[in-house]
Amino acid sequence: MSPPLPRTSPSRPLPLAGEAVAAGFPSPAEDYMERSLDLNEYLAPRPEATFFVRVAGDSMTGAGIHHGDILVVDRSLAARPGHVVIARINGEFTVKRLRSTATGMELAPENPDYAPTPITPDTDFEIWGVVRHVLHAL
Amino acid sequence: MPPRYALIDCNNFYASCERLFRPDLRDRPVVVLSNNDGCVIARSAEAKALGIPMGTPYFKCRGLLRRHGVTVFSSNYALYGDMSARVMGVLARFCPAVAVYSIDEAFADLTGVPGGADAFSRRLKATVEAWTGIPISIGIGPTKTLAKLANRLAKGHPRLRGVFDFAASPDPDRLLRHTPIDAVWGIGRRHAARLVRYGVGDALAFRDMDPVWVRRKMSVTGLHTLLELRGQPCHTLADGPAARKTIVSSRSFGRPVSSLEDLREATALHMVRAAEKLRRLRAVAACVHVFLRTNPFRPGLPQHNDSASVPLAVATAHTPTLIRAAHAGLERIHKEGFEFKKCGIMLSGLEPVNGRWLSLLDLPPQDTPTHVPTMQIVDDLNARWGRDTVTFAAVGRPDAAWHMRRDMRSPRYTTAWTELPVARA
Repeated sequence: MSPPLPRTSPSRPLPLAGEAVAAGFPSPAEDYMERSLDLNEYLAPRPEATFFVRVAGDSMTGAGIHHGDILVVDRSLAARPGHVVIARINGEFTVKRLRSTATGMELAPENPDYAPTPITPDTDFEIWGVVRHVLHAL
Repeated sequence: MPPRYALIDCNNFYASCERLFRPDLRDRPVVVLSNNDGCVIARSAEAKALGIPMGTPYFKCRGLLRRHGVTVFSSNYALYGDMSARVMGVLARFCPAVAVYSIDEAFADLTGVPGGADAFSRRLKATVEAWTGIPISIGIGPTKTLAKLANRLAKGHPRLRGVFDFAASPDPDRLLRHTPIDAVWGIGRRHAARLVRYGVGDALAFRDMDPVWVRRKMSVTGLHTLLELRGQPCHTLADGPAARKTIVSSRSFGRPVSSLEDLREATALHMVRAAEKLRRLRAVAACVHVFLRTNPFRPGLPQHNDSASVPLAVATAHTPTLIRAAHAGLERIHKEGFEFKKCGIMLSGLEPVNGRWLSLLDLPPQDTPTHVPTMQIVDDLNARWGRDTVTFAAVGRPDAAWHMRRDMRSPRYTTAWTELPVARA
């Protein structure tokens, strides 16, 4: 994959993935007024890349992810070891923690009842997105 | 600095949207059907490779699709609309200027982007694909017509890896020679057929025609296309061919309909949609056309196809007035004893709401100040609370016989809390 887009241009600045981009209706009072807090802004700073995914199963309870929860997934982030990810594996989506091992990578559950899935060169596998938040109703 | 235009086009857009949420369909053939499961309107690359033609009626290729294990979807416009907005959003974030051209295409002005248009486009492509999961192709050129042509080449040649800059070609004449005339942006089907009769079958031959002749026979639109092929920009980012002249809303029925009452409701619903679109364009329409047809694939049944045009005294965007006109037209063409398969309306004579002609004799009866806010309120309510929160009684019951059939629609993964994709934990 190509590197992220450049930060500046000789002619005009380009917005960068890491920056907040102003959106919505411009108001002349904007400079003098504080807006009320917007959960979208907090949970989904890049709405184009943000998807919601429902959880089925209990292999991630140790990470606070329960059956029926909604995951907030950001596809604009590059997955690194330690991230909780949505992965496409064997024709279905799974949520697990991505971990590096002595021999490579694995998809690790956070529940002692389940075993990690090693990722070998011939695993049919792809990272679909990085999980940023979990919405859990009490 | 010469302008650098890009045409960004989503690959097999509807099929790509469907497959993003179906990991089991990775590398498998997928097709999407038109409204009411009529025809094939989108195919994944694998489905194209199986030789399933675009536009085939579903009932004709059902066997072929089943034999090859092709997954078939009814169209899911909630999903496609949302995914389109995401793709356009990423483009708007990173490109200096963007003009959306259709649900799956946009032009961008890449003049002066850092690193050059080609390198920028490759990073843009990678970013759109990572963020949204929708694969895209990018064509670049000194004019919009050449950008469109470059996009066609970027799609057709895997070696180019989805990005092609027309200006980077060592032999541009060869590329034009291999572009059939009907694939040139802005050359309509009628003009293409005529040009072929004159022996002008490809973009190169057209580019080298006499501009005076083209101006005379094909009007200024044809001349602009010719000049754009020569690298002289005639279209700005926001304008160009196919500016909207008409609005069409039509649909096949879920099952055959014969009663005038059902047809009136269906026609009214089409008009509600079309009028919403008209007001979004800040335009008014001068003429309403209604059409009605039986199923041409059922030759045993009596056939009746007809249309009627109802000109309006004063161009308007007032939904009840437009519905009334459509109903008047419908009553003229409806005949008892036929099983109708499809009906629709078209609005023509579109003009901006602020620049319209008013009759000296007729006062605009339905655009009195009390009516314009009514339409505004209806549009605002529907925008805020969802389509059809408020509608018109003429549209009828939501379970009417003529409503759409879409037996194989996928979940609304991105627009309904109850239909989210599921991950196993």
